[in-house]
Amino acid sequence: MSAATMPVPVTAPTQRQAPARRVSPRRRLGKLSLGLLGVLAAALWAFPVYWMVLSAVTPNARLRSATPTFLPVFFTHRNVEAVLTGSGFAAALRMSLMVTGVTVVCVLAFAFLAALAISRWRFRGRTSFVLAVLFIQMLPAEGLFIAQYKMLSGVGLLNSVIGVSVLYTAAIAPFTIWMLRGFVAGIPAELEEAAMVDGLSRTQAFLRITFPLLAPGLVASGVYAFLQAWNEFTVALVVLPAESRQTLPIWLRGFMSASVNRGVDWAQVMAASTLIAVPVIVFFLFVQGRMTSGLVSGAVKG
Amino acid sequence: MTTTAQTAPSAPPAPAAPRRGRTPAAPYALLVPAVAVLLVGLGYPVYWQVVTSMQQFGLAQQFGAPPEFVGLDNYARIFTDDRLWAVVTRSIVFCLVNAFVTVAIGLGLALLMRAVHRGVRVVLQVSLLLAWATPLVATVTVFRWLFDYRTGVVNWLLVRVGFEQAAGFAWLSQTLTFFLVATFVIVWMSVPFVALSLYAGLTQVSDDVLEAARLDGAGPAQIVWNILLPLVRPVLAIVLLLQIIWDLRVFAQIRLLQDAGANVSETNLLGNFIYELGIGSQDFSGAAAVSIFVLLLTVVLSAPYVRSLMKEDAA
Repeated sequence: MSAATMPVPVTAPTQRQAPARRVSPRRRLGKLSLGLLGVLAAALWAFPVYWMVLSAVTPNARLRSATPTFLPVFFTHRNVEAVLTGSGFAAALRMSLMVTGVTVVCVLAFAFLAALAISRWRFRGRTSFVLAVLFIQMLPAEGLFIAQYKMLSGVGLLNSVIGVSVLYTAAIAPFTIWMLRGFVAGIPAELEEAAMVDGLSRTQAFLRITFPLLAPGLVASGVYAFLQAWNEFTVALVVLPAESRQTLPIWLRGFMSASVNRGVDWAQVMAASTLIAVPVIVFFLFVQGRMTSGLVSGAVKG
Repeated sequence: MTTTAQTAPSAPPAPAAPRRGRTPAAPYALLVPAVAVLLVGLGYPVYWQVVTSMQQFGLAQQFGAPPEFVGLDNYARIFTDDRLWAVVTRSIVFCLVNAFVTVAIGLGLALLMRAVHRGVRVVLQVSLLLAWATPLVATVTVFRWLFDYRTGVVNWLLVRVGFEQAAGFAWLSQTLTFFLVATFVIVWMSVPFVALSLYAGLTQVSDDVLEAARLDGAGPAQIVWNILLPLVRPVLAIVLLLQIIWDLRVFAQIRLLQDAGANVSETNLLGNFIYELGIGSQDFSGAAAVSIFVLLLTVVLSAPYVRSLMKEDAA
């Protein structure tokens, strides 16, 4: 999904709908300076990302020079190559992919079933469950990681994909349940019932009618779970202490610290950051509209 | 909470009504996997923390002695510790400053997006999304590079505009400037969510209302203050609350910035303090006591937000 089709609501600005009238020079000047302010803010927020990517493709010797270069005139792909073939990146990538993969599959399966339950049935204990889910999704990892560390070390699952995936699934599933609930509730149960009147079984009706309509919701939730698991730092730091079992965020920290005494090799560090960030940025642009609306839609509707 | 209130008039004409009688077991069966993983991943750790926070968990226990029940002794020990109060004060100040600065800048950008030409707005939205999308670890890493004392761009720029003393200034090794950089990191990464959410709220304000105000002679400042702000107040409140909750739990950013050589005990926030206590000094009962405190604080602060979401669920 390109930036142009971003789901951020872009409704026509008010000014345009006002009847055309002569704009006073003072107003135009005000408008112009606001525009400049907007461009300045945009530059301020885009610059760190630009600087990361630029440094990733600039030779380290250039980065160490007294005056920075602001354009990619010394382009090189050495840094990226060095990171890809260097120590630890491949292992950390494998670990990240495994943990993220297991987490995404479990989160989607568990959250989907739970979302189905709370949006298609009114049952005893439903409100309590929804309330618990909403509170749980606010709990910080920092308030739990010591216990989680002791729990996993007690059953010998420190440094294991299973251990960290269970913790991630538990942390990510609540918000995903909430997100999917909205999607499921958006599909009228009457559609299914109509299909059943036409002779399909309940399962057939669900698989042929409701499930295809839910696909966008499942994709958005899957991407959300992917982002959370891929970026997670705090829990991974605690329950994956072995160097050979690190995920990418933890590996990046070690990679930077390793060279800190002899002056950080910023070119390679930025190349590594870029490699970790790019898949995330792509996925994020894809999912963000859903996330914003999920977090504040209640308030927006007022 | 009453389950019956749920199904009352506000609920959509009970989508599930026809099924209720026939398969009462189905929803419970569907909840089993989710409930199971939540109990294992979060339920047991919380239970363990409650128990451990009331036990003596010292050296003898490391070697297998059964833990001894000591009631609230750990809480008394931890909460009379000056170190904890220094950390709590620091965390609260840091949290409030960051949350308010973030929301103020976010609101400013949201109003700006409303006022500027479409092209400028799209550019601004794309930049904000880029910042929002960047993973936390990458963000902190880039900021360490921007504020690098030898060849960082920030120092170079400051020297260029006349601050000679900025040459070689190590931002991250002094407590005050350490938190300044931490604030830059957190504000930079949190503003996009705030700005885009508030902008979404602002676009809900009908144009007729604004046009009417303009015809009645209201100036731009009056329109912002008397019309736009009151109308987006619900979103503003939620966004501010979320920022406060999120900024209270800052851990990773501080941990990663400390790697550059900061004084750890002077820059720890609550999460870092728990980490030091538990993983660092193996004081599990003390760490559990502080964790329970953090969890309770989060639950209390989250209550208004959860209430607003529950309203949405009932609607």
